[in-house]
Amino acid sequence: MQRRLLLGQPQLAITIGRLCQELIENHQNFENTVILGMQPRGIYLADRIVERLEEFIGKKVDLGYLDATFYRDDFRRRDSPVKANETKIDFLIEGKNVVLIDDVFYTGRSVRAAMDAMIAFGRPARVELLTLVKRKYARHVPIFPDYVGKDVNTLDSQHVLVEWEGQEGIHEDNIWLKNKEE
Amino acid sequence: MSTKHLLGIKGLSADDIQLIFETADEFKDVINRPIKKVPSLRDITIANVFFENSTRTKLSFELAEKRLSADVINFSSSNSSVKKGETLLDTVNNILSMKVDMIVMRHSSPGAPNFLANHIDANIVNAGDGTHEHPTQALLDTFSIRERLGDVAGKKVAIIGDILHSRVALSNIFALQKLGAEVMVCGPITLLPKYIDTLGVKVELDVRKALEWCDVANVLRIQLERQHIKYFPSLREYSLYYGINKALLNSLDKEITVMHPGPINRGVELASDVADSDQAIILDQVENGVAVRMAVLYLLASVSK
Repeated sequence: MQRRLLLGQPQLAITIGRLCQELIENHQNFENTVILGMQPRGIYLADRIVERLEEFIGKKVDLGYLDATFYRDDFRRRDSPVKANETKIDFLIEGKNVVLIDDVFYTGRSVRAAMDAMIAFGRPARVELLTLVKRKYARHVPIFPDYVGKDVNTLDSQHVLVEWEGQEGIHEDNIWLKNKEE
Repeated sequence: MSTKHLLGIKGLSADDIQLIFETADEFKDVINRPIKKVPSLRDITIANVFFENSTRTKLSFELAEKRLSADVINFSSSNSSVKKGETLLDTVNNILSMKVDMIVMRHSSPGAPNFLANHIDANIVNAGDGTHEHPTQALLDTFSIRERLGDVAGKKVAIIGDILHSRVALSNIFALQKLGAEVMVCGPITLLPKYIDTLGVKVELDVRKALEWCDVANVLRIQLERQHIKYFPSLREYSLYYGINKALLNSLDKEITVMHPGPINRGVELASDVADSDQAIILDQVENGVAVRMAVLYLLASVSK
């Protein structure tokens, strides 16, 4: 298998639109809800979601970026250090509803780390998880996304590649499934 | 990181230093949050082994370790079995037997951390070895220059004062050169090491000329405790010829940044009106010291054995 397209540009736009509608269904005008994109790759999806949400509801939605590098559970278990990314949260999350956003849900470990990192900024009222691609049968921890773009069956030897227009050398939004060694 | 230990700046690459800076940026953000702690080093034990006095460096390392959630033990030679004749290697091996993962060591003998690194398995961080190197000080100094001036590359930095007895000077020269800065050393001829120019630094005896040349002046302390002979007639005379005061800085046609690794001898190398002015970033250096040390400890500890 070279690589298989999971979601191309037109479907992706529809899926993101649908996820936004689901969010609006639960959070109405986002009065008490904030969005946190998970570094490093969830922030691109969070940007798209917030952009579409603001079009739909006609007002600004609070958006932050959360980096969980220092909270990971694989410290000292890797060959090279994981590079830290910027955490940028310019609002309080105490008492707020938080929607965490990441592009691919796999083992759930990074979401666990992100929740630890998030607690350092206050105690949210409620936390939800939105993911564009959920890889089935791969969870290591009892964490489950509330909003899912697409469920896919994958092997451990495969990798979900998410490309966003505007990233270096990329001209179109596409999500691929490919083999790791490629 | 290309190394397992931080023995000196000499053994680091420019990429290592950039990685430390980028990691320190995030840690600086962490220590300015309401909750200043991250759990990264929660299963790591670090021993701070200080065979020589220190206030700032020891506090800074200890805070950095605690903010990374490491377990910390402190050892200082003044009230230890070293006084009873134990060797350095025995002392450290005894500490390591208690399942310690990292050693932060200050020692009065140049090369002591290198010696340890050849004999033991734990990660070693040099917190100053005699007149040799003080790598974390140079990292926090260059990090502070980068923060204040945007970049280190292309900047002109004058290191002024007691270069002969200063480990800060040597580490700073290496760090600044690796990052692309121009370096000058300035001080009385008796306090400049012979052949210092072979390191590729400019040498200047006139402090006014050095200040006119530089963007940043890193002013060092006169280390009387290491001076066993007279290198200059009196502190008063040193202060007269090499002391930096506000009037001198105001007479320059540009505003330079003033740094000092502390502790300051007020009125000797630096007048109070400079040390407390906006041109001085001395307290920023101290704040950055914690973030930079967190980055060093984090990066050294993060690679699996």
